[in-house]
Amino acid sequence: MADTAVGATNEPEHGSDPNRRDFIYIAAIAAAAGAGASLVWPFVDQMNPSADTLALASTEFDLTKVADGQQVTLKWRGKPLFVRNRTKAEIAAAVKDDNAALKDPQTDAERVKPGKAQWLVLIGSCTHLGCVPTFGGGDFGGWFCPCHGSHYDTSGRIRKGPAPKNLAVPEYAFLSDTKVKIG
Amino acid sequence: MSGHSTYQPKTGFERWLDARLPIVRLGYDSFVDYPTPRNLNYWYTFGGILSLCLASQLITGIILVMHYNVGDAFNSVEHIMRDVNYGWLIRYMHANGASMFFIAVYIHMFRGLYYGSYKAPREVLWILGCVIYLLMMATAFMGYVLPWGQMSFHGAVVITNLFGALPIVGPAITTWLWGGFAVDTPTLNRFFSLHYLLPFMIAGVVILHIWALHVVGQNNPTGVEPKSKADTLPFTPYATVKDGFAMSVFLILFAIFVFYLPNALGHSDNYIPANPLVTPAHIVPEWYFLPFYAILRAVPDKLMGVLAMFGAIACLFALPWLDTSKVRSMRYRPTAKIYFLFFVVACCILGLCGAKLPDDQVIPHLTTFKLIDADLNSFVWLSRTAALYYFAFFLVILPILGLKETPLPVPDSIASPALSPEQKG
Repeated sequence: MADTAVGATNEPEHGSDPNRRDFIYIAAIAAAAGAGASLVWPFVDQMNPSADTLALASTEFDLTKVADGQQVTLKWRGKPLFVRNRTKAEIAAAVKDDNAALKDPQTDAERVKPGKAQWLVLIGSCTHLGCVPTFGGGDFGGWFCPCHGSHYDTSGRIRKGPAPKNLAVPEYAFLSDTKVKIG
Repeated sequence: MSGHSTYQPKTGFERWLDARLPIVRLGYDSFVDYPTPRNLNYWYTFGGILSLCLASQLITGIILVMHYNVGDAFNSVEHIMRDVNYGWLIRYMHANGASMFFIAVYIHMFRGLYYGSYKAPREVLWILGCVIYLLMMATAFMGYVLPWGQMSFHGAVVITNLFGALPIVGPAITTWLWGGFAVDTPTLNRFFSLHYLLPFMIAGVVILHIWALHVVGQNNPTGVEPKSKADTLPFTPYATVKDGFAMSVFLILFAIFVFYLPNALGHSDNYIPANPLVTPAHIVPEWYFLPFYAILRAVPDKLMGVLAMFGAIACLFALPWLDTSKVRSMRYRPTAKIYFLFFVVACCILGLCGAKLPDDQVIPHLTTFKLIDADLNSFVWLSRTAALYYFAFFLVILPILGLKETPLPVPDSIASPALSPEQKG
């Protein structure tokens, strides 16, 4: 290489080009990292609900089974579901408190279907940490959670205790006057 | 620690092996000739006891898996208890072994706290210990779910719902953890898988913990680093015999629980098969989680309660940088000693509060006045007071006290306090 011609393109020996070597390293590492990263999602997502779990997501229920003032608990999506046939007094108590100081403000009418105020459908899972509240306890005539002392009223709204939200109303529709489809 | 090995292979086979895999040399240097401070007291035997606990849990756990059936969990545990030869013994050893493990780890941690074993150069050693403690809590929680009784089920519901408190991502995370819309068989299945995995991860971190210990050397009750050969004794026979005696005493306590009080630390509700439609009236976690459970319930807001609970553990990780004292051992810090004593009491009070209903009265039949949301004479206010002290100890007392206090004179070396004042000169 002693007699390098002036103006000739400087072409170093094959294999000693640092830029070319760096490119191979970066490309190889990027390909390996990309392949690894693309495997992360399947390994994470496998823990989400499987297809057969999702397939069990809706249920139908015959309301004639629930007498006035009674509550039936059924299992829906692995959680308890309360279907309550409310008495006139319970509805009146819930409506009266619509403008009370509520932690999670909602009127009673927003929590039932129009013209079906007697039917209250709730997910029976305390919004604090998921225990099952029992009806008839607590300071507001509704549900009381034994785990950490959350009190719900006759509309299932949180009134006292650590729970942040009202008992959830699931997505449901009346198929007929006596039948509901939940989910 | 000192780096050079004094191992002399005695037989031809040992010489042959030593040139190829110096494993005997490693064992000799680590557990025979290893210099330990001469003044280690019985509080220092809990490291060895903890290794014993881990070994016991691994052996009994692997055996239980031979008979446990995750598809018929509750019944298979009863099958182990009633039908499998000595199944009752192995299961009681495993269930009570978890409690023994936590008794030992709490003593081990309080010992480290008192003698300043987290201070430079032992920060990494301490943090590795905190990692082991976290893994232990995860393992114990998932193990408690496996019998699939009422407490298993609703404990899993409550703990997984903690993550639901996180804003935005919370509900997605809980669904992901459950593998469904609620705690169900997919949840049990993955907890079983992880409960088998985590103990081996613990064993891995324990190796790092011991490695870090052997790099920086053991702390000792004076907190003064060994300076000469007069300060140390070889691990064997001194530490091995002391550890062995402590282990024997500990095993007697373990045996008392296994044979005479096997269900004393559990809850009878867990002998009722899991029922998602009914929550037990009084749901409490295992005793070793009670202090953190009390902190969770002390805060009226859900998210803040969860953050406080995790923050209580985070304090442990930050401890090496929170304590500003130049004196390592609290033996020479009379003021710190008093605060430490109150800290131990606060932890015990939190444990007691975690077992009680928040609105129960601390002193029976005494109604005082309502403060914010509960009567002052209630466990919720007691747990708030204790939780406040817990955090103040780490975040206020230790940082400030180290700068303000006047410590007692620290001995020049470990051997010197043993000498008479005349000899000291």
